[in-house]
Amino acid sequence: MHRGKGMKFVGDSRVPAKGKFIPPKDYSEYPGKTEAFLPNFLLKEWMVGAVFLIGFLILTMSDPSPLEKEADPTSSGYIPLPDWYFLFLYQLLKYPYASGDYKIIGTVIIPGLAAIGLLLAPWLDRGLERRPIKRPIATSIMLLTVVLMVYLTWESSVTHNWEQSEQQGKIVKQVEIDKSSKGYQLYSQNCAGCHGQNLEGGVGPALVGKNLNPAIVSSMATKGGGNMPPGVFKGSKQELDVLAKFVSDVSKK
Amino acid sequence: MFQKLYDWIDERLDITPLWRDLADHEVPEHVNPAYHFSAFVYCFGGLTFFTIVIQILSGMFLTMYYVPDINNAWDSVYYLQNDVAYGQIVRGMHHWGASVTIVMVFLHALRVFFTGAYKKPRELNWIVGVLLFFVILGLGFTGYLLPWDMKALFATKVGLQIAASFPIIGDWIKLLLQGSDIVGAQTLARFFAIHVFFLPALLMGLMAAHFLMIRRQGISGPL
Repeated sequence: MHRGKGMKFVGDSRVPAKGKFIPPKDYSEYPGKTEAFLPNFLLKEWMVGAVFLIGFLILTMSDPSPLEKEADPTSSGYIPLPDWYFLFLYQLLKYPYASGDYKIIGTVIIPGLAAIGLLLAPWLDRGLERRPIKRPIATSIMLLTVVLMVYLTWESSVTHNWEQSEQQGKIVKQVEIDKSSKGYQLYSQNCAGCHGQNLEGGVGPALVGKNLNPAIVSSMATKGGGNMPPGVFKGSKQELDVLAKFVSDVSKK
Repeated sequence: MFQKLYDWIDERLDITPLWRDLADHEVPEHVNPAYHFSAFVYCFGGLTFFTIVIQILSGMFLTMYYVPDINNAWDSVYYLQNDVAYGQIVRGMHHWGASVTIVMVFLHALRVFFTGAYKKPRELNWIVGVLLFFVILGLGFTGYLLPWDMKALFATKVGLQIAASFPIIGDWIKLLLQGSDIVGAQTLARFFAIHVFFLPALLMGLMAAHFLMIRRQGISGPL
């Protein structure tokens, strides 16, 4: 067998001229102009790649990647959200026919059928025709799938409570709290259940860094406001003042 | 001088066929955006490869700082993000690069689908491509946990519940991924290993098969 330089090839692949494999047509048989991959085409590709890279780097610098506060497995009420490209699957599980007793439809059957259909596409669509318009079934199924995926992703993002999850995920700096003080005792009896042992937030928002004045604190604690119900604080007027001063001081740290 | 060096190596290793497959081939007109702008749809595959290279390189740099352990994982990411010079850019490239890779893979798959390029004789390459898509989604899922922040933990819990809903083998899959009864230290270690060793190895093997088949079969002809 002839080896090395001067070896005869068929078309564009490494198939010797005498081989049995029937190769695709040589590109010189296609109408129009071909171009050498190296260096002509690669150089152009390289330039497009450089432009793409610049755009990409601008994105990374203008939008730093998000980081929420450290995972706390004991936290309850956190609304989980997957990365955006799984949102359509996640949204599927919220519909009654794909959740609860029928969960398996949303988690296994629909995604499984889609995955198998995708894998077997060459055997499901066996015609010789390649133009999308000439194979309407394959084209319309794929278009429908894409539209559904976009719709589910959209639904998922508009029904998600972005504000609350941002609040829940926010990194709160640790502040020193005098836990032996009278104010903290009152706080832990009345407020810590929702606002956290260190005022870092939980079901309710974090109080650290909010710069609250005592009047607002005592008004919220008795009359409520926003999502906070009225009458949360149970104690005397003097205790309310102590609590309000304590929370206000910590919130200014 | 290069010709002499080339001849010296070629005499011993017979690299001409290799070189020919790698670089010395023609690009047909119908896939060349320089001739028909609409042919840019044929660039998505190449851009996917480019973004995967970005992911591999930025990921290699991330492991210089990242600590796969529940006590330090979040702190190491926080430190990288806020205190290390250019750390924010390296992490940003990996974070946004993941999304860009998914978008490019998706567009590439749609291009191949709508041009009917998966038909005979390219069925096998289509299968390898779909497997690559699944591997890349797996990389996205396992990478999401690694910063060990709130959304990482709770999204992973949901993901593992979904895995557990598989009939018969569900609990077994969940245990295999989770490593213990709770989502904790073992889970993070496993996801790190899967994200950094198992799936990338699979990814590179499949990509090699993908490219070998393209070189062997050539790009599908014009519509």
